Amino acid sequence: MNVRLYVWQRTTAALMAPLVLIHIAVIFYATRQGLSAADILSRTHGSVAWATFYGIFVAAVAVHASIGVRNILSEWSPLKARAIDVFVILFGIALAILGFRAIAALVLA
Amino acid sequence: MSEAISELSVSLWRGGGDGRYETYAVPRRENQTVLDVVTFVQRHIDPTLSYRFACRVGVCGSCAMTVNGKPRWTCRTHVSRVVGTDAGGAQLEIGPLENLPVIKDLATDMAAFFAKWQEAQGVFAPSKTRHDAIEQISPASPARRAADAAIECINCGVCYAGCDTVRWNSDYLGPAALTRAFTLVNDVRDAGNTARLQAIAATGGCHACHSHQSCQELCPQSLNPTAAIAALKRHTAAAYLKGEIKA
Repeated sequence: MNVRLYVWQRTTAALMAPLVLIHIAVIFYATRQGLSAADILSRTHGSVAWATFYGIFVAAVAVHASIGVRNILSEWSPLKARAIDVFVILFGIALAILGFRAIAALVLA
Repeated sequence: MSEAISELSVSLWRGGGDGRYETYAVPRRENQTVLDVVTFVQRHIDPTLSYRFACRVGVCGSCAMTVNGKPRWTCRTHVSRVVGTDAGGAQLEIGPLENLPVIKDLATDMAAFFAKWQEAQGVFAPSKTRHDAIEQISPASPARRAADAAIECINCGVCYAGCDTVRWNSDYLGPAALTRAFTLVNDVRDAGNTARLQAIAATGGCHACHSHQSCQELCPQSLNPTAAIAALKRHTAAAYLKGEIKA
C-alpha cells in the first residue's frame, strides 16, 4: 500500500462509518415495523435522497473493498503485482455494478 | 563466577539456514544472562560456535537472538526471566534472529536491515553550515518530545525479527528504520523531509504496517515504533494531500 491508496481507504472508511450506522438503523426500523417489500419500495421509489445515500455508499464500498482485497492478495497470494491490480479493478467494478443495480431496483422500479 | 546451582538444558541453533538445534548442558548460576549461557558453550564446550556481541551492557545492540521463541537482547535478559526461577528441568532454546538470513549458528546477516535504514532516508540532512548559529531547540517543544520518545533505538533488530509484516512482505522497511525516520521528521534542523516522506510513503513504507504492535511489545528499550509509524502515516498523508509528495 502506498500513501495514495492509504488516503483513499481511510477516506472511504470515514465516509462509510456513519452510512453503515444509518443503514443498520434502517434495517432495524424496517423489520421492527414489519414493512413488506412493497412498503419499502413505495418509500424508496423515485427518492433522490435514498438514491444519493446508497449511491455514495456503493461507491465507497467498491473503492474501500478493492484496496483491502489488494492488500490481502499482495501479502498472501503468489500473484504478481500487475495481476493483482487487474483483478482488484475488475472486483471493484463488479461491486459497483451489483450495488448500482440494486439501487436502480429500489429507486427506479 | 558464582557456583552452579543446577543444570540447564540449552538448545542452540547450529549451521546456516538449513541447520538444526543441538542440545548442551550448561551449569545454571545466579544472575546468569542468556548471553552468559551462549558464552559458556563457546568457551567450554564448542569453540566453533558463532555469535555476535560487543558491550554486554545493553548499549551496542549486537547480541539479539531468538530466545524461547521471542527475539530478545541476550545480554540484558536473565535466564530466570525466560525459564522462571524453577531450578529443575529448565530449558532454553536460543536461535538466530528471524526475518534475516542466517550466516552461521546465532549470527544473522543484517545487511538488509541496515540497507532499509538508508532506504527510509534515516540519515540526517543538515540545513545549516558550521558558520550558522546553533539551533535552539526547547526540550518542551512537541516535535522535540516526539523525537525523544523514539530516539533511544540501539539498532538491535529485535523489532524487525518480531514483525509479522516484515515476515510476509520482504519490501517492508520495518519498525526500526521507520522509527529512525520519525525522529528525523521531528528534527527541525533537518532539511531532508520531503525526500524522506516520499521514500516512506511508497509501497513497502509506513502504510504497509498493520499495527500488530509486536515491535512495541518486544522493544528492549521500551520504545513504541507502532506509534511512530502511525504518526508517519499522518505526516505522509498530510504531505500527499498538500501536493508535497507524490504517490
